[in-house]
Amino acid sequence: MITSEATTPPALETDSISKHFGAVRAVDELSIAIPSTGMTSIVGPNGSGKSTLVNLLSGTLPLDGGMVIIDGNGLRVVKAFETPDHGLTRTFQEVRLFDQITVWDNIMVVLTSRPWLPALFERAKPDYKKKAQEILEKVGMWEKRGALAQNLSYGQRKLLEIGRAMAMEVKVYLFDEPFAGLFPQMLERVKDLMKEMRDQGHTIVFIEHNMDIVRELSDHIFVLDSGALLAEGEVEDVLNRPEVIEAYLGD
Amino acid sequence: MNQSARFLRENIEMVLTIVIIGGAIAFMLSQGVRFTIVTGTIIGIYAILGIGLNLVIGYTGLLSVAHIGFFGIGAYTVAVLTTDPNIEPPKSIDVIPAIGMPWFAALPIAIVLTGIVALLAGFVFNRFRDDVFALTTFGFALIALGVFRNWLPVTRGPFGIREIAKPSIGIWDFNEPWEYLVIVMFFLVVVLIICWLIVHSSFGRVLTAIREDEQAIEVFGYKATYYKLVGWVISAMIAALAGALMAGLIEFIEPTSYVPLESILIVSIVIIGGLASLWGSVLGATVFVLLEEGMRFVPGLPVGIEGQARWAILGLLLIVLMLFRPQGLVGRYKL
Repeated sequence: MITSEATTPPALETDSISKHFGAVRAVDELSIAIPSTGMTSIVGPNGSGKSTLVNLLSGTLPLDGGMVIIDGNGLRVVKAFETPDHGLTRTFQEVRLFDQITVWDNIMVVLTSRPWLPALFERAKPDYKKKAQEILEKVGMWEKRGALAQNLSYGQRKLLEIGRAMAMEVKVYLFDEPFAGLFPQMLERVKDLMKEMRDQGHTIVFIEHNMDIVRELSDHIFVLDSGALLAEGEVEDVLNRPEVIEAYLGD
Repeated sequence: MNQSARFLRENIEMVLTIVIIGGAIAFMLSQGVRFTIVTGTIIGIYAILGIGLNLVIGYTGLLSVAHIGFFGIGAYTVAVLTTDPNIEPPKSIDVIPAIGMPWFAALPIAIVLTGIVALLAGFVFNRFRDDVFALTTFGFALIALGVFRNWLPVTRGPFGIREIAKPSIGIWDFNEPWEYLVIVMFFLVVVLIICWLIVHSSFGRVLTAIREDEQAIEVFGYKATYYKLVGWVISAMIAALAGALMAGLIEFIEPTSYVPLESILIVSIVIIGGLASLWGSVLGATVFVLLEEGMRFVPGLPVGIEGQARWAILGLLLIVLMLFRPQGLVGRYKL
């Protein structure tokens, strides 16, 4: 069977999901389907619900309504600790590392046995160590492996967080503003890592404000405004639509 | 001079360890062999308690003041089960119940019973973090004290229990102080080994990640609730072991030893010694016990205020440490 974009099922779908904070509808009955291949960007003004969407998809926030369809399962409750089983992981907008443990342990900790009983009797296995070294070399942090995560620079912290997500080896990656605040050199490095993951067949979803990066990287784009979908589709086409331009430039 | 200052800074933990352990041994021996043995035994018991508590406070990042309760449950269980009505001369007014079990048979029961209580309490406490968690554990300590005080048919309440058996194996009855020291040191080494294995396992690494960011570690597929609960129960069982050893040592038990203030004092063992450092808890226990014992030898101190003086000095030590070494003497983590 020949697969094309049209016939490949989406990697991740939402069916009219909502999240309200008091009277604020952060995400309001949103239904989207994220393509399985390539990179998908989520853009929109501040407060449009981008991060809330990622938090809902990863189980970091509970859904107020609707359903997330992932890996063939329709979930009305997304439990964070089950998302890797569904083939999904994420990074956080405000880099959340395990600060007072080493760079090495920050990677090791996502490689080991999940159930507590085997974990209690498990020591660092050679294949975990091999994998951790591979990841740290890939993100250029091998020399820093003994340092506490809290003593890294901001750029290094971003890289380590991406490395930690890569170590999960899942299908779908949600990156919440992976480029924010990075110097050009670091920025290129993160781009290369993401392109490499895309080429390996992973689904990459990222939130970004810089339109040059969005144009360069995304194959598909979703524009959110006030928790609802404003536009979606192929990048150049979507970014030139009047309603999108207005949402960004209008008051 | 500059060089030695740098050496001091780079090896501060080693220097602190040598100074404290060396000073402690020198001080104890200066008071005689018997003093050294008895004080060493008490240090060993508090070290066991501190190491277990460190699993929860230092490694998982949960400030528990419930452990005096677990310490008490361990001690009371052994006291009640080993009470021997034939001890001469009779010390208590009446001895009810009089089960007369050997200490070594009562010990596993005390540990398992405390583990069950901790498991049940843990189901509730698991919902909380930070200051709310600390408050609920304080509530637990109060409830435990209430039970010790008021469950007269079992604990004899304020009268206490005076006929507690000492550990014995066959003909070896551990009646000599040095024999009890051996038994405490044996358990201290066992607890150190078990906890070392735990904190260096994959399980231990996840505990530290929970301490740093519980929500983030869940995203990576770990059910933090189970990890916290297991660490908590193991920690409580170690506290029960320490309690059982304390009951066997002083052969008398009454509720005032288990007031919540004591719980805060044993938390200070963990904090002074060092969070997330097992060896730190041994150091912390040494400082903690010797402060009390040492107070008696301070010239000019009015008789009878050693206890209060210890609290004042302990408080001062905590403040100074939080200012200059928030991770404790040899700690790996700052609160």
